[in-house]
Amino acid sequence: MTASHIAAIDQGTTSSRCILFDADGRIVAVEQQEHSQVFPQPGWVEHDAAEIWTRVRSVVRGALERAGLTAADVRAVGITNQRETTVLWDRHTGVPVHHAIVWQDTRTEALCRELGRNVGQDRFRRETGLPLASYFAGPKIRWLLDHVEGLRERAEAGDVLFGTMDSWLIWNLTGGVDGGRHVTDVTNASRTLLMNLHTLQWDERIAESLGVPLAMLPEIRSSAEVYGEAVGDLAGVPVAAALGDQQAALFGQTCFAAGEAKSTYGTGTFLLLNTGEKIVHSYHGLLTTVGFRIGDRPPVYALEGSIAVTGSLVQWLRDQLGIISTAAEIETLAGTVEDNGGAYVVPAFSGLFAPYWRSDARGVITGLTRYVTKGHLARAVLEATAWQTREVVDAMEKDSGVTLTALKVDGGMTSNNLLMQNIADVLDVPVERPYVAETTALGAAYAAGLAVGFWDGLETLRANWHRAAEWTPRMAADTREREHRNWLKAVERTMGWIDQDEQPET
Amino acid sequence: MPGAIQSLSRAAAILRLLAGGERRLGLSEVATGLGLAKGTAHGILRTLQQEGFVEQDPESGKYQLGAELLRLGQSYLDVHELRARALVWADDLARAAGETVYLGVLHQRGVLVVHHVFRPDDSRQVLEVGSMQPLHATALGKVLLAYDPVARGELGDGPWEAFTARTVTEPAALDAQCALVRERGWADAVEETWEGVASVAALIQDRRRNPVGAVCVSGAVETVCGPDGAVRPALVASVRTAARAISRDLGAHRF
Repeated sequence: MTASHIAAIDQGTTSSRCILFDADGRIVAVEQQEHSQVFPQPGWVEHDAAEIWTRVRSVVRGALERAGLTAADVRAVGITNQRETTVLWDRHTGVPVHHAIVWQDTRTEALCRELGRNVGQDRFRRETGLPLASYFAGPKIRWLLDHVEGLRERAEAGDVLFGTMDSWLIWNLTGGVDGGRHVTDVTNASRTLLMNLHTLQWDERIAESLGVPLAMLPEIRSSAEVYGEAVGDLAGVPVAAALGDQQAALFGQTCFAAGEAKSTYGTGTFLLLNTGEKIVHSYHGLLTTVGFRIGDRPPVYALEGSIAVTGSLVQWLRDQLGIISTAAEIETLAGTVEDNGGAYVVPAFSGLFAPYWRSDARGVITGLTRYVTKGHLARAVLEATAWQTREVVDAMEKDSGVTLTALKVDGGMTSNNLLMQNIADVLDVPVERPYVAETTALGAAYAAGLAVGFWDGLETLRANWHRAAEWTPRMAADTREREHRNWLKAVERTMGWIDQDEQPET
Repeated sequence: MPGAIQSLSRAAAILRLLAGGERRLGLSEVATGLGLAKGTAHGILRTLQQEGFVEQDPESGKYQLGAELLRLGQSYLDVHELRARALVWADDLARAAGETVYLGVLHQRGVLVVHHVFRPDDSRQVLEVGSMQPLHATALGKVLLAYDPVARGELGDGPWEAFTARTVTEPAALDAQCALVRERGWADAVEETWEGVASVAALIQDRRRNPVGAVCVSGAVETVCGPDGAVRPALVASVRTAARAISRDLGAHRF
């Protein structure tokens, strides 16, 4: 077989894409389609999984056409997906029993509090590495079983299947009702609140506590192995990888060794640190998750810290305040001044997340004097992203004992030079941007290519990683310390803004 | 005012009239308002409409100011926007060429580097964003000189500094090179800035085909040039493809 390409399907929150890569990891073709967002009521977000499957088939066909390739040219297909989004479908008809509940959906918040009983959020943390929170798939399954008429009986009888988007796509790609494989990978399973991090199997006790029948759960497999052969446009192509999106970015950035970390800067920011074969439990509000597992090799774990508001703070400056007209302009505005002029912005729009976890906090702009201009505010906005990164990195270092030596970055905000320099300055480590902004899709392609022997090992993939830019720290140590102190003071001022009795019903 | 062109004066009067009121105006209202024959007013309005300065409501047939006027007022392109749009193309160019990529814009009689992609060999390299390069001695600069009259105006009459024996320092020679750049659609500078370094650049245009910047590949003369001493055609093609792709992302039409 002379197939010389790997296909990656990137099933994201707003769109699905198919990207074809060549042996050097270069992009040959991209096809993308958006799908509808359904908002049945405030806080609820749903997707039509059947629509997503239609879109995925269409982008696969489109990418092949664009590249002038056929299934015979594709050696394997890998999947990366929005994590935690939950779909249940009828195993006999292949029809979803309800819209998929998207990770952002908050309908299970009350249920999660109830499930915490007297222990609280951390009831299953030791086994799963996760707090009981509405993002994760387990409580979403429970909600569907409780609210869709007759579903629990069908699930217990084994007629209804659960999957995150990876499972849904693999099942459909490999034949659906006609022999489709019902599997998931360890990274996606590690976001369900149902998988035991130590055994990498479903935890029967937790499944029982959550009221989720084991019969509906997919088989947990590694992130890189052949799950089955595709039918349809990719007929005969091995479906050979699945990774949650952030884990795929970690893999695409070739953070294969313990101590390597990547940060993806978008609307929000996700930082993952490879902790090797060690499960590191966090005492600073980070998540413990599976980073990846290649075939039957030992699993590699990761610590994950997310920052809710980064790119969206720039959007806020653009859309709500109107100080800039495009996101890129913030750098121009920030460039009109030398420093922040004493101003700090802490975007605790819906509370403080890692490492504070204070829902009573709200955003502040502080240190204002008559001297402060919009240029200073623009700088403070960029610095907020840098300091929030620093706080997550500090928490990771405390939990893992690992000291970061460099940070690999990707995502849209990496085009902001001032921000990247600022991150290098406050972390006091070099910040490195690789070629190929598509690290997420690349990660899925890498895993699939490894599984079928298209690439012979991690070192080959490492050799594909090239530095496109590097920002080295330039800030004087005393300036960094002073600015850090000021940032911490600003953070302090966000706390306790919401009184207990006016806590929104969350 | 001697030499005033009547139709331009009338066009200006029409634009002022449309800018004066809030409501849209019909053809006869415009004609009576300015004391013009209907046919004359219609001819001018149609030309303005073709240029995008005036729009006609498809239902009522009435005229109003066009979006193009707004865009004229804010025509400059933010360099950070340029970088954001160029990012993927510049990465791809550097990987395909195996060389360093720069994006430059005109700034204070020189070329300001607004984006820099490292040569993909993981050797130690320093980010040069924010640094300046000379207009007359670089491929980026020559593209700007060839297509942007402002750049050529700012450079003045020379003679300019010779950085190497091959630097072009006389206006006549430089202007001849610029003519060649316009003819071929790309510029090169072989050992004109630094000994041993050659670069090749092409123009980036915005949606109105204004010259907004240039993109170049730069590297050792041994790898950038062929045995005949000329820039390798494959590199020229890659640079021009990247420049077109960035221009398209900025809204320029296919060309």
